[in-house]
Amino acid sequence: MKKKYSIFALVKNSLSYHENWQRAWRDPEPKSRYDAVIVGGGGHGLATAYYLAKEHNLKNIAVVEKGWIGGGNTGRNTTIIRSNYLWDASAGMYDHALKIWENLSQELNYNVMFSQRGVMNLAHNQHDVRELKRRTHANRLNGIDCEWLNVEQVKKFCPIINCSPNIRYPVMGSTLQRRAGTARHDAVAWGYARGADAMGVDIIQNCEVKGIKRNGDSIEGIETTKGFIKTQKVGVVAAGHSSVIANMAGLRLPLESKPLQALVSEPIKPIIDTVVMSNAVHAYVSQSDKGELVIGAGTDSYISYTQKGTHEIVEGTLKAILELYPIFSRLRMLRQWGGVVDICPDASPIISKTSIKGLYFNCGWGTGGFKATPGSGHLFAHTMAKDEPHALNEAFNINRFISGDLVDEHGAAAVAH
Amino acid sequence: MSNEYRLSSGGQINRSESISFKFNGRTFHGYKGDTLASALLANGIHLVGRSFKYHRPRGIFSSGVEEPNALVQIIKDQGKTDPNLRATQIEIYEGLNATSQNCWPSVNFDLGSINNLFSPIIPAGFYYKTFMWPANLWENVYEYFIRRAAGLGKSPTKKDPDNYDHIYYHCEVLIVGAGPAGLVAAKIAANAGKKVLLVDERPNFGGNLNFSNKDYNKINGLTPLEWIKKTCLDLENNKNIKILNRTSVAAYHNYNYLIMVQNLTDHLADKDKNDQIRQRLWKVRAKKVILATGSIERPMIFDCNDRPGIMLSSAVRKYANTYGVKCGNNISFFTNNDDAYETAITLHNKGVKINSIIDIREKSNADLPKKCDELGIKIYWKSAVIYTEGYKKINNIHVMSLSKDNSSVIGNKLKINCDLLCVSGGYTPAVHLFTQSGGKLEYNEKKHYFFPKKNTLYQISIGSCNGTFGLKNIISEAQEKTREFLSIKEVDRLDVLTPKGGDFENIWLLPSNKISGKTKSFVDYQNDSTANDIKLALREGFKSIEHVKRYTTTGMATDQGKIANMHALGIISEITNTKLGELGTTTFRPPYSPITFGALVGRNVGKFFDITRKTPMHDWHEKNNAKFEDVGQWKRAWYYPSDKESMYDAVQRESKAARTSAGILDASTLGKIDIQGSDASEFLNRVYTNAWSKLAIGKCRYGLMLNDDGMVYDDGVTTRLDENHYIMTTTTGGAATVMGKLEDFLQTEWPELKVYLTSVTDHFATISVCGPHSKKILEKVTQSIDYSDDNFPHMSFKHGLIDKIKCRVMRISFTGELSYEINIQANYGQSVWEKCMSVGREYGITPYGTEAMHLLRAEKGFIIVGQETDGTVTPVDLQMDWIVSKKKYDFIGKRSLYRSDTMREDRKQYVGLLTNDPKEILEEGAQIVAEVKSKPPMDMIGHVTSSYYSPNLNKSIALAVVKNGKKLKGKRLYIPMKNKTIEVTVSDTIFLDKEGKRLNA
Repeated sequence: MKKKYSIFALVKNSLSYHENWQRAWRDPEPKSRYDAVIVGGGGHGLATAYYLAKEHNLKNIAVVEKGWIGGGNTGRNTTIIRSNYLWDASAGMYDHALKIWENLSQELNYNVMFSQRGVMNLAHNQHDVRELKRRTHANRLNGIDCEWLNVEQVKKFCPIINCSPNIRYPVMGSTLQRRAGTARHDAVAWGYARGADAMGVDIIQNCEVKGIKRNGDSIEGIETTKGFIKTQKVGVVAAGHSSVIANMAGLRLPLESKPLQALVSEPIKPIIDTVVMSNAVHAYVSQSDKGELVIGAGTDSYISYTQKGTHEIVEGTLKAILELYPIFSRLRMLRQWGGVVDICPDASPIISKTSIKGLYFNCGWGTGGFKATPGSGHLFAHTMAKDEPHALNEAFNINRFISGDLVDEHGAAAVAH
Repeated sequence: MSNEYRLSSGGQINRSESISFKFNGRTFHGYKGDTLASALLANGIHLVGRSFKYHRPRGIFSSGVEEPNALVQIIKDQGKTDPNLRATQIEIYEGLNATSQNCWPSVNFDLGSINNLFSPIIPAGFYYKTFMWPANLWENVYEYFIRRAAGLGKSPTKKDPDNYDHIYYHCEVLIVGAGPAGLVAAKIAANAGKKVLLVDERPNFGGNLNFSNKDYNKINGLTPLEWIKKTCLDLENNKNIKILNRTSVAAYHNYNYLIMVQNLTDHLADKDKNDQIRQRLWKVRAKKVILATGSIERPMIFDCNDRPGIMLSSAVRKYANTYGVKCGNNISFFTNNDDAYETAITLHNKGVKINSIIDIREKSNADLPKKCDELGIKIYWKSAVIYTEGYKKINNIHVMSLSKDNSSVIGNKLKINCDLLCVSGGYTPAVHLFTQSGGKLEYNEKKHYFFPKKNTLYQISIGSCNGTFGLKNIISEAQEKTREFLSIKEVDRLDVLTPKGGDFENIWLLPSNKISGKTKSFVDYQNDSTANDIKLALREGFKSIEHVKRYTTTGMATDQGKIANMHALGIISEITNTKLGELGTTTFRPPYSPITFGALVGRNVGKFFDITRKTPMHDWHEKNNAKFEDVGQWKRAWYYPSDKESMYDAVQRESKAARTSAGILDASTLGKIDIQGSDASEFLNRVYTNAWSKLAIGKCRYGLMLNDDGMVYDDGVTTRLDENHYIMTTTTGGAATVMGKLEDFLQTEWPELKVYLTSVTDHFATISVCGPHSKKILEKVTQSIDYSDDNFPHMSFKHGLIDKIKCRVMRISFTGELSYEINIQANYGQSVWEKCMSVGREYGITPYGTEAMHLLRAEKGFIIVGQETDGTVTPVDLQMDWIVSKKKYDFIGKRSLYRSDTMREDRKQYVGLLTNDPKEILEEGAQIVAEVKSKPPMDMIGHVTSSYYSPNLNKSIALAVVKNGKKLKGKRLYIPMKNKTIEVTVSDTIFLDKEGKRLNA
């Protein structure tokens, strides 16, 4: 039984110098067999395990992670959460996630610092205006909050944006989703890990999958660096390395893996209170609770598995940042890093069964998977437990790349895919 | 209080040049050559800042880039203010105005220090455990206050007035760091005739040798300063070498590509800046790289090791020798190695009282401790400082003996009064750049540091960054490794004198006489993370070093753990009983030290943010009052309002004129690709959905290009100029990507095709003249073309001359009118345009912009790729089945057109919409439903892609894609707007001249 976190617990534990806190999760060795194994201990994988245990009554579950939990894109993204997607399928799925976010800290008893400070998407040309208005109308009719702001309203909502009509690509308006915002990325992984562990899920770190054992068209288990694990259900949530795992099962996925970069400034006192994204000039920025400006850059133009990108991408992004926020010129970049993102041709994810019985994939989140973490885990758990998709992830099946029934979200994706 | 801590002589400052500056509103004096830190210390100021979390008073700790505490804000005005600068790196200048940050109302009395009282209940990660109840208070109360308490300095609020610059540079040998190792390497490389670049982040060269004790360190009989001076002089006179000071290497990328920032004016007074470039970003590609980045002295981790007046021993030596500043009058030392003794001797010789040296070792037989003993300095062997007192400045230390195994302290507690405690925990090689380059580290169990083991690029590490210590060792290694690396036969021998060193002993976390929960042993000073925080993280299951880092924020402050990281790792390794070599390090991310966004961006700001492409006729448009729209990088004439005309009125007038008299459009921005080669026709067959082999020379054809997924990608007219020569037009926005895609296919998929592509977009000016009078105008503008319909029918082209200049004229139409397009060498564009205007005046020729062009083509139902299509629309969806060849073996996207979903009958299809109220103009992007519900969600079956009021039809028209649209003609649909619902009827997409008679009018 996990002890509840609260201010009272903090005060109580301070009396014993915090020496009596429990482990947030155990550090078990793998058992020889599990009812289900999740490959990949990022936010999506841990959430999947959490919901499998919580809502589908599976108790004998393991999450195997090559490195440390939350060490992939969960701990490398710019923490933006929103659901203002164009198509019904995406809007439904991302808003499902957003609704879970709204109560996640309380549900997990772990403060994931979900902060609904709003997300703006700026328009810089006629084409942007048309497409963003289209998205606003679609969101409204899907029951998702989204407003169109004209330039005066943009300036009022976020005064530091350079709204001068004389800049190279003047701001012509913006969408605003007020329910959108940010969360503390590491806390999401840790909160789900703690919650899953409390229900008996084994979280096994430093355990790399080396092979997938099949018997004909069914799964028999996985080979790992900690030995063979027998299981009939394997859910792969391995982001940039999904194709590598798929390859072990003899599957090919329609994914490309590329480094995506981000950077932060040194911490400064609050200067920007919302999230501002701009596709046309490619800059997006928010400020963390610690005070750092968190800035998302783009993907490299070539395929790679390295978690670092090229300098030119960072330079290009900062160019755009200074175009929109000339006051940031003297601030300093503190740290830059990269993550390997797995990109589908239609910029939408795969949450799906496969042609191999018991093998499921949750991947292809590309440049924007963090926002979906709770919803993704919830729907993937359903798919794995029932061996059929939830209504909300039906559209994200892997067969759409055969049928052509794509969910093209290039317009709504933050980083051009 | 004026420079009372300044020694009467010594240092490299210029004592004849006094400089006044402000700190926290008070005026102080320093000398040319001082840093803000040295000048403050000379004035007896230690307390400079407050820590991030507990707002504890903090003083200057170090003398360089590793400084965690002494962060200040420099203030000039709202546009020119710099947060988070390190006082240890700021060179003072007349008029410098700096303040402490993250404290209120002042650094001396900071209300935020109330956090310190709460520190028992707010350990690492406390925020994950609380602020959850009640849920709605998180954002507005808890987070609000957290955000205001966090952050360090303040952002400027006005535009930066300074300029920044970029430079590309190539060299044979790049040497990073101009300490003794770097200087030796530079001299060898330059003397061997190599093109060398030597950089150092500090203003002066020589590194730590600059402030080494001259009695104990000599090279070829010269004192350190004499040798540095002579070596630098030799280098300056060598034309093979370029030397940059104040230049910090930020990042080491693949293939020896390094990014560095040179500070050019930050150290100058305003009057001397003269609008020079502030900082320059160097992008250096080096054949070989020699890293001589030195090492960083470590602190000691014990209870209350963070007070002002606790400083690194090497820094204290530097302040004394380089700046002539004594950091205290009554000094204690706490050390585990011999280096601290050099500082003690230096200060003793300058007449400063050294009251004690606390050394954790049993003893040392090395030269310097012996000397200290001789000088009568009290040394406490096998002892440790366990506590310090003094809130805003240290005033005494508590000392106890260490047990045999160093796990506890024993015996009596001794209190020693002091006003300065110098700590020295040994040195950590600065391997940041080495690991950024992909190099792998190994841990030396005896010497307790990570050192460069394996690298992949043409590079070496020399000197203390390679784990080599002691002047003699450093210089002989630098000589030998550089010689070998650069394949040089022989180098001059250098005779080095250096003190004989003793062993170094290490305790990551010193024992205390208190229970550990009651101690505050800071590991990361700036972020206030303590040894207990690290223990808590481990206790709670955060096992990986990355987890500990993220949970405790150790190493995540603006110094990125230069001081903290090694001890954090050491403590983790001790507690988890893991060997440090197995534990590894966290990843060293660029930049090595923070760099301004301004430097990273350089000149690419303001109007240089992105190039502006202008057509050859741009000046004319401007003179004629055109409003422009941005289309990609192009400025396109959008509409031409006369005097007080609104956009709506102008567009209506222009559109009407184009159909009733003549219109003229600048179409120069359309992409133009010249295609030549014996397989050019086959190439087009594969690229476009329709067939090209049979297109006669001199004819034009419209083509649709698909993506692999079968969706429309681009369109345009291609003209066959000759047997193996075509000119393709693309959309304006698609020009570059289409060119890239076609090259990609040619080079990777179809290498067998003999086809050569050249982008000629900018080489031609394109003028489109349309309307009933267009033929008459063209006849007068061009010579030697027979415009009769027989000779020059629709969709064909002719060579012509305009005033002896060759041109191409195509008879093609995007408006549905009789229409010609003149293509002429770009530099003649404006004069030909003007000629068209003057010839056309009698026919009422009217320039029209892109908005009228969009309207005119919408009347005819012509699509715009990117407006009617969005990457989800097939040619069949556009009701353009006719353009998709069934006979061709293949074309890009063909396979995808026959997938089950792309074959569906009820896909979204291209239709026209008419509003029931002909005056009602729909909003582009509006969503369409078949059935209106009282509230969302509603089933959306399509959206409006284009919408205009047609002056030629006197009604509102719109284009849309609608689910199953082909079958819905005449059906009523609804557009639910925010405040109203608009009724529309599905129509044909062609609103005007269905028969196409006007093409030949």
